[in-house]
Amino acid sequence: MADKEYAYYSGCSLEGTAKEYDMSLRLVMKALGATLTEPHDWSCCGSTPAHTVDHVFAAALAARNLAIVEKMNVHTLTTPCPSCLMVLKKAHLGMTGDESFKNEVNALLDEPYEGNVISKSSLQVIYEDIGLDAIADRVTYAFPDLKVVPYYGCILNRPPDIAQFDDPENPIAMDRVISALGVEVRDYAFKTECCGAAFGVPKRAMVNELTHKVLSMAIDAGANCIAVACPLCQQNLDLRQEQVNRAMGASFNIPILYFTQIMGLAYGFSPEELGMDMLVVSADHLIRSRMPIEEYRKMKEAEAAQAKKAPKAKEAKEAAKTEES
Amino acid sequence: MDTINLSEKTDWEFIEQVQKESGQNISLCYQCGNCTAGCPYTNYFDYPVSMVMRLLQAGQKDIVLNSKAIWLCATCETCTTRCPCEIDVAHIMDTLRIIARRENRVSEKDIKLFYDSFLDSVKQFGRIYEMGTLLMYNLRSGHLFADADLGPKVLTKGKIHFFPKKIKGADKVAQIFERFQKRAKRHG
Repeated sequence: MADKEYAYYSGCSLEGTAKEYDMSLRLVMKALGATLTEPHDWSCCGSTPAHTVDHVFAAALAARNLAIVEKMNVHTLTTPCPSCLMVLKKAHLGMTGDESFKNEVNALLDEPYEGNVISKSSLQVIYEDIGLDAIADRVTYAFPDLKVVPYYGCILNRPPDIAQFDDPENPIAMDRVISALGVEVRDYAFKTECCGAAFGVPKRAMVNELTHKVLSMAIDAGANCIAVACPLCQQNLDLRQEQVNRAMGASFNIPILYFTQIMGLAYGFSPEELGMDMLVVSADHLIRSRMPIEEYRKMKEAEAAQAKKAPKAKEAKEAAKTEES
Repeated sequence: MDTINLSEKTDWEFIEQVQKESGQNISLCYQCGNCTAGCPYTNYFDYPVSMVMRLLQAGQKDIVLNSKAIWLCATCETCTTRCPCEIDVAHIMDTLRIIARRENRVSEKDIKLFYDSFLDSVKQFGRIYEMGTLLMYNLRSGHLFADADLGPKVLTKGKIHFFPKKIKGADKVAQIFERFQKRAKRHG
């Protein structure tokens, strides 16, 4: 097995409403030297709805995919979707930790899952396997005006026994990845507060209030962009932002970008390649503000030189004044 | 709040059932309230999650299974993460939903309908067909125009497929559903 090869379980959302997450993630992974292979004929993980039916049934829907990956020549699965990740990991941990549970799950499957697949979020792969140095090396563009708060959502890092990654209360992986791009990251108190996305359709009023809190806190933190790693969070905060404005009498207009889109922009990919036009709340002004890193450095050097010159010129003027008098 | 006569109304079997199915020891809860303090949904719950735990300890099957709280829980895992007694509270809520569904007591019908529409898509196509799931929910719930305002936004972005994409192994996925239903019947 070559280095940085992964089975890529995109999940259903990334084929539809989160297409731009898929596009940007694939580009960024390729740029960073990671190979993603889609498991043949993967199926839905079952997500939250399956968990309301039965635990064995829910694990079986997820484990069908783990069994497919087990037959591939890679042993690490990566998924960008926290909901898929949680379900896949719960199935894996449940089956490897309890023989009778494993047998019950496998009895529902055509091909049994033996328990040999490690699942990691795509953020974890980028942060841990690829690393901050490699992430920074590839940067070709700067964003002088961008101020980002990273929003992790509720289940990317929780519960800690299942997520086994980063901190459950104050995760920092996305903060560090975005900082490594040279982009300003603001402190954000609502990193892991639930936005309610799972109830977006059946419980609109409730979700409007929860989403309103998440957006307000980002504005209070001085952000002009929210970075996300979850297709459901993105959909909830972006697509439903106008519903929130209408219901809550607010006037939010803050772009919600996948962290991989920010990486892609910093790496010089075009907005089209990264699916930027698929965002509902436009990020065009942020995209226009990016400048080649060389130009940015020259600008900064010129500014610094100007700042140095300025006091000297002032001194000279004052000296001339004293001479005159 | 009503007074509950514990010597008459404690359903010991129910306590045992929840402990067995969730693998959690309910008596470990000492009512610190940390779960409720962090719960983003507590404003919408009829019983805060710490009270659900207390009602469980008291074996109050009807109140717990008929509560809205167990359906409004989104499994955000805050309670589980913060419980000082290391009780997997979210997993208990999950287990209660499963039991309520099995006993056909569903206090939040729209939420269950949405989940069912989702699972029907998985059974039929092997993956989620977002458009179909939403339309199916709208028809079944009677909320015909739920999220209709989002239509133009999503459609012009080219993100939604008008037709479902069926995976090759859709029948294999459907078999998981069928085997599970057979097994559920066998186990009563």
